[in-house]
Amino acid sequence: MAVPSFLARERIVARPGFNRWLIPPAALAVHLCIGQVYATSVYKAALVKHFGSSLTAIGVVFSIAIVMLGLSAAVFGTWVDRNGPRAAMFTAALFWSAGFLVGSLGIATGQLWLLYLGYGVIGGIGLGIGYISPVSTLIKWFPDRPGLATGMAIMGFGGGALIASPLSRQLMTWYDSSYNPADKTSVPGGSSVALLFLTLGLIYLVFMMFGAFIVRVPADGWKPAGWDPSMVKHRELVTRESVSAANSIKTPQFWLLWIVLFCNVTAGIGILEQAAPMIQDFFRNGTTSTVAAAAAAGFVGLLSLFNMGGRFVWSTTSDFLGRKPMYMIYLGGGMLLYIALATVGSSATWLFVLLAAVIISFYGGGFSTAPAYLRDLFGTFQVGAIHGRLLTAWSAAGVAGPLIVNGVLDTRGTPGELVAGDYRPALFIMVGLLAVGFVANLLVKPVAAKWHEPSSTPATTERSAA
Amino acid sequence: MSQDSSQPTHTPAALLGLAWALVGIPLVYGLWQTVKTAATLFAGG
Repeated sequence: MAVPSFLARERIVARPGFNRWLIPPAALAVHLCIGQVYATSVYKAALVKHFGSSLTAIGVVFSIAIVMLGLSAAVFGTWVDRNGPRAAMFTAALFWSAGFLVGSLGIATGQLWLLYLGYGVIGGIGLGIGYISPVSTLIKWFPDRPGLATGMAIMGFGGGALIASPLSRQLMTWYDSSYNPADKTSVPGGSSVALLFLTLGLIYLVFMMFGAFIVRVPADGWKPAGWDPSMVKHRELVTRESVSAANSIKTPQFWLLWIVLFCNVTAGIGILEQAAPMIQDFFRNGTTSTVAAAAAAGFVGLLSLFNMGGRFVWSTTSDFLGRKPMYMIYLGGGMLLYIALATVGSSATWLFVLLAAVIISFYGGGFSTAPAYLRDLFGTFQVGAIHGRLLTAWSAAGVAGPLIVNGVLDTRGTPGELVAGDYRPALFIMVGLLAVGFVANLLVKPVAAKWHEPSSTPATTERSAA
Repeated sequence: MSQDSSQPTHTPAALLGLAWALVGIPLVYGLWQTVKTAATLFAGG
C-alpha cells in the first residue's frame, strides 16, 4: 500500500548534523496521546448511567481497544517498518482521533455500538499503529542506548493516563456545571462526555500530527558521533545480523519472549486491575477497612507513577545489565515480591504499598525493555514489525489477567467483604506464571544463523545501518 | 523540507526547546496531579 509522497520514508531522511534529541519528543507526542486508553475509568460511571447499561458492557469498549491494539500492531507492523514513522504516526493520529469523534457521536446519539466501533475498533487500530510507530526509529537513532530510547517513548504511554485523567475531569467540569469531581457520588452527564470525546479527539489529532511532522529517520550508515559499534562490549545475545518479521515468528526465541511478556503483563494486571479494592481488603477489620477510599485512590495514583517510572528506569538499566538479566530480575524478583505480598503484605500498609509499587515498576519495565530485547535478538531490520507481533501477548494478557483475579475472588466471597487471605490463591497463581516466564527467559539463546537475512540484500543493508 | 540532499543541516535550539516543552509541560501537569492524588495515601488514610 503506497503512501502520499509527503509521508514517504525517503522524504524524512535526516541530513548530516540533525539533532537526534528531536526524535524522543516526536515519539512522546504520540505515546502521551494514546496512553489515554488507561484513563477510561474517569468517565466509566457516566457512560453506564447515560446508556443505562452495565459496567461490563462499558468495560467491553476498553477490552476491544486493547485487543485491536495487539491485532493491528501485528497486522500493520510490516507496513509501519516499510513506510517509516511519519506515515505510521500520521495514520495513527487519524485513526485515534476518528475513534474519539465516532465515539462522541455514539454517546451524543445514545448508540452504544458506535462507541464500540469508534473508540474500540477504529481507535484501537490507531493505538496499535501508534504504539509501534516510533520504536524502530528510536532504536536506529540510539544504537548506543536502545533501552533508554524505547524507555522514553513507552514511558509516555504510562504518562498519557496521568495527563488524561485530570484533564478529562477538568473538561467535564466545564461542560457540566453540576458535576463535582470531589464528590464521589457526582456523575457527569452523557453530553459532557460526548463533548469531552470531541475535545480530546481534536487535541490528540494536533498533538500527534506535530510528532509526525518533526520525526526523521537516520541516513544509511549514520551512527552517533564518537560511537563505534565494533568497540561495544560483545554480548552473546546481541546480534549484528538481521531477521525478517516473517522468519522471526518461526524461531523459538520469538515465542519464548511472547511467553515472557504474557506472564509479566498478566501478573502486573493482577494488581493493577484490583488496586483500589485490594488495598482496602488487605487491611479490612470486620466490615470496615483501615484504608479509606481516598487513600485507596492515592494508592492507584502511586502505582501509576511507578508504572511510568519503571518503564524509563528499568529499560535504561537494561542497557548496562543486558536484556536477559533484566528480565530475570523482573520475573524472579517479581516472584519473590508476590510471595512476600501474599504472606506478609497485610502486616503493614507501608510494606504492602512498597511491594506493590516495585511489582508495578517491573510490569512497566517489561513493556519498555521488550523492543530492545527484540533488537538484540533479531537486529534492527524489521524490529517494529516483530514488536507488533509480540504485542499480541499483551492482548492475551489483558484478557487472562482480569479473568484469573476476578475468577478467584468470585469463589472467595463478595466484594466489600474480602480479606487478605482471599487474594492468596490469585497471588500464588501469579507466582506460578512468573516462574513460567522466568524459565522461558532462561531458555532464550541467540537466533540460529539459518534465519538471518543474506547480508547482500539491499533491504538488509539499508536497514541495518544503525 | 527536502531530505534528499547530503547538505549539512542544523536543528534550531528553539525547535528542540519547543518540542520538549510541548511534551514536557503536559507530562509535568499529569505528574503533579498524580502526586497530589497519591499524597492522600500518606495523609492519614
